[in-house]
Amino acid sequence: MATLEIRDLHVSVGDGEDAKEILRGVDLTVKAGETHAIMGPNGSGKSTLAYAIAGHPKYTVTSGTVTLDGEDVLEMSVDERARAGLFLAMQYPVEVPGVSVSNFLRSAVTAVRGEAPKLREFAKETKAAMDALSIDPAFAQRSLNEGFSGGEKKRHEILQLEMLKPKVAVLDETDSGLDVDALKVVSEGINRFHDGDPETGVLLITHYTRILRYIKPDFVHVFAHGRIVEQGGPELADVLENEGYEKYVKAGA
Amino acid sequence: MGLDTRPLSTLHEKGSYEVADFEVPTGREEEWRFTPLRRLKGLHNGTADASGKVITEIEAPAGIRVETVGRDDERLGKAFVPADRVSAQAWASFAEATVVTVPKEVEASAPVVIRRHGEDASGAAYGHTTVVLEPFAKATVVLTHRGSAVFADNVEFVVGDSASLSVISLQDWADDAVHVSQQHARLGRDARFVSHNISIGGDVVRVSPSVAYAQPGGDAELYGVYFVDGGQHLEHRLLVDHTVPSCRSRVDYRGALQDQDAHAVWIGDVIIRAEAEGTDTYELNRNLVLTDGTRVDSVPNLEILTGEVAGAGHASASGRLDDEHLFYLQARGIPFDEARRMVVRGFLGQLVERIEVAEVREKVAAAIEAELDRPERDR
Repeated sequence: MATLEIRDLHVSVGDGEDAKEILRGVDLTVKAGETHAIMGPNGSGKSTLAYAIAGHPKYTVTSGTVTLDGEDVLEMSVDERARAGLFLAMQYPVEVPGVSVSNFLRSAVTAVRGEAPKLREFAKETKAAMDALSIDPAFAQRSLNEGFSGGEKKRHEILQLEMLKPKVAVLDETDSGLDVDALKVVSEGINRFHDGDPETGVLLITHYTRILRYIKPDFVHVFAHGRIVEQGGPELADVLENEGYEKYVKAGA
Repeated sequence: MGLDTRPLSTLHEKGSYEVADFEVPTGREEEWRFTPLRRLKGLHNGTADASGKVITEIEAPAGIRVETVGRDDERLGKAFVPADRVSAQAWASFAEATVVTVPKEVEASAPVVIRRHGEDASGAAYGHTTVVLEPFAKATVVLTHRGSAVFADNVEFVVGDSASLSVISLQDWADDAVHVSQQHARLGRDARFVSHNISIGGDVVRVSPSVAYAQPGGDAELYGVYFVDGGQHLEHRLLVDHTVPSCRSRVDYRGALQDQDAHAVWIGDVIIRAEAEGTDTYELNRNLVLTDGTRVDSVPNLEILTGEVAGAGHASASGRLDDEHLFYLQARGIPFDEARRMVVRGFLGQLVERIEVAEVREKVAAAIEAELDRPERDR
């Protein structure tokens, strides 16, 4: 049973006097089989939560704990977290010149699975995964994310999700910048991942309710001013759709 | 100062076959200020003892003429004039020269390989190479430099009308070698020239590739890859002189540096003269600093003397490995050290993969791997 447990997480950005607290005590538990949506206005700290879980060096955890199946995630390096079963689909995947998609995928799969996949099988697996996401096979030879459109980048994030098969996937505004067709393709990929293995959990970070038409959350959390200010079931998303975040923004100001 | 009194280019105005026409450099001159003169073993001031030995071996496919000629051969020195004192010293001092001729309309079936091997670095050696492509000829020339030497040489590439020459020069010297080289290409009408300089070994390597256009339509692409280790000085000084209309040039040099006193110098001079309307040029230098203690001097100079250019630009950037690149790869489970290698390999690899000769390309890739493999304690 995969369980990601976040307790009283405080995270700052910057050093010394310039340090600014962004997360102010986040509590959240994502269990296997569950899909959680974190929704909130821009600047509320949603993405910081995602990056802090993944271990981005820009963010400093000042207190609190994050565990995956009881293991202390905060003690792990970025790559150890990924190998332990955490995955972050990034809002803005970076371009890495000269590193081809196929080389990258192979290195990542080798690292996460602990052994190099057989070339033939790996080629087949990659092709099938790319087909499912309507990714042109020619992308395998291109530099990672270089010159990709916003939608292509997001598809590649989900391609990695499906191939790396983490225990818990954190999806940071994967829906942003996607047209309806791309949103469907990407959502289907996320559902394939989640439905294909009951041992997996999903933490979906989004500003808009649009993606929740395709991915049904079990829990919806409203994020404002660096913490979760309200939680509920899928019906909470409908309320947000109609009323927006205004009352949460004002409440904390 | 009005337009009328504007000087012609201030870059590289001087040229002479006479050593005495060049002052002994002191290190304060613009063209010498980055070079560690004391480590040149006297190549720059006439004190070098010409007792060194650099062996030359040449392999060429059928149909291509390779000759070893004396100093008086009239084909030598036609395409270039030495631009600095060491180049003039090499011109004054070489005993025999290599002339490679690709006859008119001949397409070489395999690369011409010129191997230089230095026997020892206690005395200086001088060389001269002239490569002539007659009109419509096509060839690839590979120059390799290995072993220990104090070596100064000039290499002339005469690329005839509509001819196409690709050159790969590999500076893979032993740790004690000193190499100062001028590589000059002169392009005829619609001629094409591609050059790759790969500098990895040696104590001091200073290569000055330059391009001149005799007729319109010339196209030059100059690429360079270098990997500088602790204590090494690797310097590349490029000059592209657009003197005729409608020519194109591209320069892309990339290097990685690691460990104490690794020093990379890149000078990229491009001149677009008043007559050179319709010039299309872009030059780029990027350096990846892998550790503390290194130094990069990167100086692009673009001098434009006409308003009618098709395109002109330059860029230079030196920096550490991008944390965001490493984070992205690590976030997919790839350990830090491997992520670092992937980024460096990718950064240099974009130029390495342009090398058309597979064997050389693989050697260069392997040499980069070897550099990345060096455990810190051995560096």
